[in-house]
Amino acid sequence: MAKQKTLAATPHRRVGTVLGTGFFLILSLIIVFPVFAGLLASFRPGTQLIRRGLSIDLNLSTMNLDNYKYLFSGNADSQKYFMWYKNSLLITLVSVALTLLICYFVAYGLTMYDFKFKNILFTIVLATMMVPFEILMLPLYKEMIAFKLIDTYTGVIIIGLCGASTIFFFKQYLSGLPKDLLDAARIDGCNEYSISVKIILPLAKPAFASMGILCAMGSWNAILWPLLVLKGAEKFTLPIGLNTLLTPYGNNYDVLIAGSMFGILPILVIFLIFNRYIIDGMTAGAVKG
Amino acid sequence: MDVNMSRVPAERQASSFKNIEGTKSFMKFKKLFYSQKVAPYVFVLPFIISFFLFWVYPLITAFTMSFQDIGAIKSEWIGIANYTKLLKDNVFRIAVMNSVKYMFFTLVLLIPFPMLFAVLMDSNLVKAKGVWKAVLYMPALTSVVISGTLFRLMFTEYTTGQMNIISSFLGLGTYKWLKMGWSGMVALLVVACWRWTGVNMLYFLSGLKSIDSSLYEAADIDGASSMQKFRYVTLPLLKPTTVYVLTISVYAGLAMFLESYMLWAGNSSPNNIGLTIVGYLYKRGIEKNDMGYACAVGVVLLVVALIINFAQLILNGTFKKEED
Repeated sequence: MAKQKTLAATPHRRVGTVLGTGFFLILSLIIVFPVFAGLLASFRPGTQLIRRGLSIDLNLSTMNLDNYKYLFSGNADSQKYFMWYKNSLLITLVSVALTLLICYFVAYGLTMYDFKFKNILFTIVLATMMVPFEILMLPLYKEMIAFKLIDTYTGVIIIGLCGASTIFFFKQYLSGLPKDLLDAARIDGCNEYSISVKIILPLAKPAFASMGILCAMGSWNAILWPLLVLKGAEKFTLPIGLNTLLTPYGNNYDVLIAGSMFGILPILVIFLIFNRYIIDGMTAGAVKG
Repeated sequence: MDVNMSRVPAERQASSFKNIEGTKSFMKFKKLFYSQKVAPYVFVLPFIISFFLFWVYPLITAFTMSFQDIGAIKSEWIGIANYTKLLKDNVFRIAVMNSVKYMFFTLVLLIPFPMLFAVLMDSNLVKAKGVWKAVLYMPALTSVVISGTLFRLMFTEYTTGQMNIISSFLGLGTYKWLKMGWSGMVALLVVACWRWTGVNMLYFLSGLKSIDSSLYEAADIDGASSMQKFRYVTLPLLKPTTVYVLTISVYAGLAMFLESYMLWAGNSSPNNIGLTIVGYLYKRGIEKNDMGYACAVGVVLLVVALIINFAQLILNGTFKKEED
């Protein structure tokens, strides 16, 4: 610790810190820029967007809360918007919980045991990752019609429960854990399933956190498949709903821009909470075991 | 075996009123279910089911459909007619060119830079790391509908749009960004970089975290410079992460569709400058309801994606060894 301090005190290092931190400050400003511009635009009438495009305009006198008042007014548009919001939340929560559990157990089976088809199965997991979903989209759509899952949330969720990339990530993470733990638990009388739940799962928390965010992101933002499966406007998710507002006439841009900004907010808050947890998990040195 | 022998009589006594044979087979099943031999299969069962239902079957169907003319009522086999039609299809050729170009540039932009950013982030030269990581990750949390709309409005042809303000400030003049081939591609790449730089950086960052710090200490003792440490410690040990990022980037680049869909507010762009392979598949399959032809497009996409990814994985030596 003392050594670190003397290092940090040297002028050379201080310049480095300023440059390094300054670099990420600038990068972050660039990244925030479009959303900031969108946020400013959400305080102005939507017709402005059509006429002028989007740019930073800090003129406070032209800004007001009308779009947000309209969004929360409880009228037909507002009700529609919050219905989509609720649908998206529901789908995201259910699919993330199920996906994480299922993928964890699959990865656990592939990592902790030596069995006959292990390598073949893992190759298959990788192989499924290398076929773009879009190729399977049309046949899956026909399959959903046959299963009568069109216009249901089951239809939206079910095809993604065994995400290959999630399994892959869990497997990478679990391979870093010592297998001696399993033998120790077996000697203590745990059966195979309670080991996976009680011993290993708590150790895999960081993997759950980071995969949870990735899956939530994927599910919250999913457009293509929900667009095909969901038919009724009362079942739409937020992205699909917002997409329906994109008419060439632009009469809905008030709701679109305010709704878009409000749509980013909660998932951002969740991420900021999770984010700290990820950093905790990573620095805990659990990876090295 | 010994355990089994000693347990059976007690079990029998306990269930003397019930069907002894049934109990015995249930116990046998239970024992098998909990055995180390069967447990792995129970764990991977959901994947196997999902694999057959939502991968093997649709994949086979995609192939068979590509040889058919799919009608509303009946479908008929037409051999390779869909494929010969594809060969002569100029719009399809434009779509393939756009997708491949887009994939190539995303690889160039979204692997080396996020890797360097991660290395810098991992060093002790950066303060408030949590903040930057959160901010850089934020675009990925933003729906394509939202980000695509924001960028479409920024890339507007009006001089009041943000991109025209920037380009005229730099003395480059103003453009009708979304109406020309090269500037349309620039717009797509800007969106891609905006969305994925942070995600890829986090992938590399977690890869860096798993590198044993004693290796750097050893390199320090040997008097290695920062460049040498990067070249001989970081880069080789980061390879699994790099291969993973490369694999998903090839796939994501070739299969890109929604960014273009949102940037042009629909699936049609002037002279098809924003049309991608999947965009064409969607256009044919969903908008024009020609599923057979759309599946042929999908099969071509699959073949291109597989060739590129296998070449990449072989070059990286992924298949050489399983254990490390």
